[in-house]
Amino acid sequence: MVDEKILLEVKHLQKKYGGNEVLKDVSLSIHQGEVIVLVGPSGCGKSTFLRCMNGLEQYQGGEILLDGVPVPREEKDWPVIRQKIGMVFQSYDLFPHMTVLENVLLGPMNVQNRSREDALKEAQALLERVGLWERRDAYPAELSGGQKQRIAIVRALCMNPEIMLFDEVTASLDPEMVREVLDVMLELAKQGMTMIIVTHEMSFAKAVADRVLFLDEGIVVEENSAEEFFDNPQTERAQRFLDTFNFEK
Amino acid sequence: MDSALIIFDGANFSRLLGGLGVSLRIAVLAVVISLFGGVLFGMLMNSKNVFIRACCRVILETVRIVPQLVWLFVFYFEMTKAFHIHLDAKVASIIVFSLWGIAEMGDLVRGAITSLPLHQWQSGRAIGLTKTQLYRYIILPQAVRRLLPPAINLVTRMIKTTSLVVLIGVIEVLKVGQQVIEVSIFSAPSAAFWVYGFIFFLYFIVCWPVSLAAKKLEQYWARRGV
Amino acid sequence: MDYDFIVNSIPLYVKAAELTLVLSFWGILFSMILGIVCAVVEFYKVPVLKTIVKVYVEISRNTPLLIQLFFLYYGLTQFGIRLEAETCAVVGLTFLGGSYMAEALRSGLDAVQKIQIESGLSIGLTKIQLMRYIILPQAVGVAVPSIAANAIFLMKETSVVSAIALADLMFVAKDLIGMYYRTSEALLMLVIAYLIILLPISIAFTLLERRLRRHGLGTNNI
Repeated sequence: MVDEKILLEVKHLQKKYGGNEVLKDVSLSIHQGEVIVLVGPSGCGKSTFLRCMNGLEQYQGGEILLDGVPVPREEKDWPVIRQKIGMVFQSYDLFPHMTVLENVLLGPMNVQNRSREDALKEAQALLERVGLWERRDAYPAELSGGQKQRIAIVRALCMNPEIMLFDEVTASLDPEMVREVLDVMLELAKQGMTMIIVTHEMSFAKAVADRVLFLDEGIVVEENSAEEFFDNPQTERAQRFLDTFNFEK
Repeated sequence: MDSALIIFDGANFSRLLGGLGVSLRIAVLAVVISLFGGVLFGMLMNSKNVFIRACCRVILETVRIVPQLVWLFVFYFEMTKAFHIHLDAKVASIIVFSLWGIAEMGDLVRGAITSLPLHQWQSGRAIGLTKTQLYRYIILPQAVRRLLPPAINLVTRMIKTTSLVVLIGVIEVLKVGQQVIEVSIFSAPSAAFWVYGFIFFLYFIVCWPVSLAAKKLEQYWARRGV
Repeated sequence: MDYDFIVNSIPLYVKAAELTLVLSFWGILFSMILGIVCAVVEFYKVPVLKTIVKVYVEISRNTPLLIQLFFLYYGLTQFGIRLEAETCAVVGLTFLGGSYMAEALRSGLDAVQKIQIESGLSIGLTKIQLMRYIILPQAVGVAVPSIAANAIFLMKETSVVSAIALADLMFVAKDLIGMYYRTSEALLMLVIAYLIILLPISIAFTLLERRLRRHGLGTNNI
């Protein structure tokens, strides 16, 4: 499934908040159809890294290339790039004053100027795929957390992005709803969507990832295939991190 | 004579300040009564008894929905009639502003108490506090912080609203101002501009620090996350 | 109670109520416009204008309408500025209401969560689209209760305009008291007149607020 073509490349990204260096030197390249999972302790900068790739954070050094073309830093250029890079956030980010369908159609119709029929056809297909077409006229307040996140994914997909970023999308969900959202993401991976995922769900990470990047204190400590990383981590820091997920009696 | 100086001519300045004093005394008395009455009224509004709650609501909405100036007239004229005593306009003003203040303050108190998240009550109970202790250590300290900024804003509103008492014949700053202007109508033709401008400024000087205090307090507590 | 007197005075009150409503309408409309301008200036932190708005808000909020009206109506005449009483009333109400509306809208704008703005950005909305589709609708939704309260507050404040000789409800009641000494009747009618005007508006706003909240707008939408 993984293509030879490099879709997105990040070179030596640096990011500071005041004097605090959140990202010291992070590089990553992702091929078409590849799924990369970013893991690491809280505060290691993985969310910040993801947000940089969507133009939501200013970065001080490094470069981001999409399809081999450097992404400009100016804010006015981002709306175009963001159409190619979809993002789903941790908390419920649906627009509460719009129905499900209005949420999904807002981007395709107003940003991409697609016709309503065209956008609607795609929205229907996607909403049916996540099993929520029946709820198209509901407002976000009437939906469960899991439903909201599935729709947030659809909203991003409806822009036909080349790559999807997921920032701890299940972190604020009730446990019984985590599965329904992860299943949607697994399904996407199978269909060959290029994805970068930040998550704390380790068994999901193992199942979905082609490659795992372990971030700690602003640098990539380990980069490995999913099986190798989880079964046979190379660094001691990764080992210690993985141990925090195991309970022994 | 330069009209601007009319304010300082003879006893004008001290008379104007004296007039302001009359308004402020009314305001201060009404505020004090409102603060105490409001806390009681607020607790009544939080009563478990539906009937009491409904009565409070009706009182609050009635007091609130009719302009204060109308209430001033109603009390000033009707109290006189009802009790066959000539009610002093100042007394009528204090009664009206107190009733209004109690109602508004009560609503603020109610809001401050009900706005506390349920888990505050529950976690207080969970560590074994009695009801009195619960109020003393958990509920009141938090409620007061939520309450103070809007309560101080209410005080500003009450001070501003006391300007209305001139309309039922209380001799206060605006009335004194009118007298000053009338006396000097020939000697200082632009007296009205300066005198009303000065009164405008006086009210601002009184109300502004109070509003500022409310804002600072709000920011201070917001920073500390309460 | 003299019921004939009450019945006979109804037309007078109706006419006065018209003036009260007309003044309120213009006062609220212009306050809203001034308020939106001020709130947007504060939201985008436009230099210089931002300071002017701040000073204006403080002055407006800390002085009584009655004094503002006296200053406008009597104080400015000596300088050749002779405003009609109606104009004075609308200018005064706008000066007062503009700051209240601005504060209401500003807190509405502040209440729009960062994640909402970010997720709007992440689907590629431009700044103007973001304002139009996401920020403003949510801000207004949050601000509706305060805007409503301010509107009612301004309608009540119009009772002060009788002091600059405008024949509003208050003025008619005072007139009837002065001419016929029918204090109780005149005041009862006055209270009823205000209730007839303000109660339905107040109830309508409460219903609107509830509707908005059902759609997840207003406070605590998560």
